[in-house]
Amino acid sequence: MEHLRPESWAEALALRAERPDALPVAGGTDVMVELNFDRARPPALLDLSRVPELTGWERDGGHIRLGAAEPYTRIVNRLGGPLPGLAAASRTVGSPQIRNRGSVGGNLGSASPAGDAHPPLLASGATVEAASVRGTRDIPADAFFTGVKRNALEPDELIAAVRVPVARGPQRFAKIGTRNAMVIAVCSFALALDVEARTAGTGVGSAAPTPRRAAEAERFLAGELEAGGHWESRAALPAALAREFGALVADAAAPIDDVRGTAQYRRHALAVIARRTLTWAWAELRKETTGCGCHAM
Amino acid sequence: MRMSCHVNGEERAADDVRAQESLLFVLRERLGLPGSKNACEQGECGSCTVYLDGVPACACLVPAGQADGRNVVTVEGLGDDGDLDLVQRAFVDAGAVQCGFCTPGFVVAAHDLVRKGYAPTDEDIREALAGNLCRCTGYEKILDAVRLAAARWWSHEAAGG
Repeated sequence: MEHLRPESWAEALALRAERPDALPVAGGTDVMVELNFDRARPPALLDLSRVPELTGWERDGGHIRLGAAEPYTRIVNRLGGPLPGLAAASRTVGSPQIRNRGSVGGNLGSASPAGDAHPPLLASGATVEAASVRGTRDIPADAFFTGVKRNALEPDELIAAVRVPVARGPQRFAKIGTRNAMVIAVCSFALALDVEARTAGTGVGSAAPTPRRAAEAERFLAGELEAGGHWESRAALPAALAREFGALVADAAAPIDDVRGTAQYRRHALAVIARRTLTWAWAELRKETTGCGCHAM
Repeated sequence: MRMSCHVNGEERAADDVRAQESLLFVLRERLGLPGSKNACEQGECGSCTVYLDGVPACACLVPAGQADGRNVVTVEGLGDDGDLDLVQRAFVDAGAVQCGFCTPGFVVAAHDLVRKGYAPTDEDIREALAGNLCRCTGYEKILDAVRLAAARWWSHEAAGG
């Protein structure tokens, strides 16, 4: 096995084009597990850890362009304001040691159905910036996941960054697991309310072959909030509305039975966490408006 | 490949390192530093926690080539000239060691918390140690040790040390 070690983004893309059989590695938290257990034996590793262009972030109009290899720890510590959904999900990744090394780009590259970053990226309408020597293209998050651990990248492409809209309303993330740390999600859910566009975004994790949006639930929620005048009144949401939203999110899932949980449990848990995240998000919105959301739970 | 890195204050080098090797393998098998333990090999247990460029990481998940030219501190490098460092001393004094296998990883993770220099709450300590497992389940004494280390760090600082 070769260790390919580009020192710049241009060099990384050139090597990717020459060696599409090389396995890209940044923080190593997924890739090294595969190598340690001999589940993968790629002819080469394409080590992206020395490519300075892949770390950091910048504000770009209404978006944050987040470098693919920026570790979760810095997302948690620095981006909770503009990207509350992604920061909340990042907080639940692995352990401090894993968050110091793992990154959103790595999560997307692995494209596990259980990847923690995926639901908030879907909910907030993020795009994935894929690059090759041929050029750069933006792939919407909901077109990026093509199958279990498969994504829309071409063999000569690398993930440069994600472009995430700055939050324009409350965002919440919930994840089911047996403990707080080191959990691969049994199922997870992200909700992003956009107060300006009057829309709701969703992301369902670990409950289908790919992370996916619950499009029908999004339409239902936006429609009900509009029809009920809730955006203006900010009144407490009817319990039936939150329950129906939860049921529609569960309907969007296509879970399986596996070691972490049954399909039936995943559907049930999704309905519960979708209802709860909506309740929390709406309480946050009411608190902003009235200065007191303490009775809204 | 040949790799060299700064380990515990010394320039160290290893030859014929394979690309699939982890930093942990290099430390233990090629550089003779068995303090960092090899257990789960998947980042689950934290027994191999080391500082890589000052940031705690599971050495089993760092491709060896990524550590080339970098700065590594293992549990062996925390103390000075054979003296235990403050966190190691607190683990001994609190009796936070049962079988001892998880101890090096806990010590490095706790060291990173204590050196940040604020008085950690129990929640802070639990969060900082969430990536380390003790199969003897000796967590209460480990929490005692970290509280003790943090308190000593504070009194040391207060004394102008």
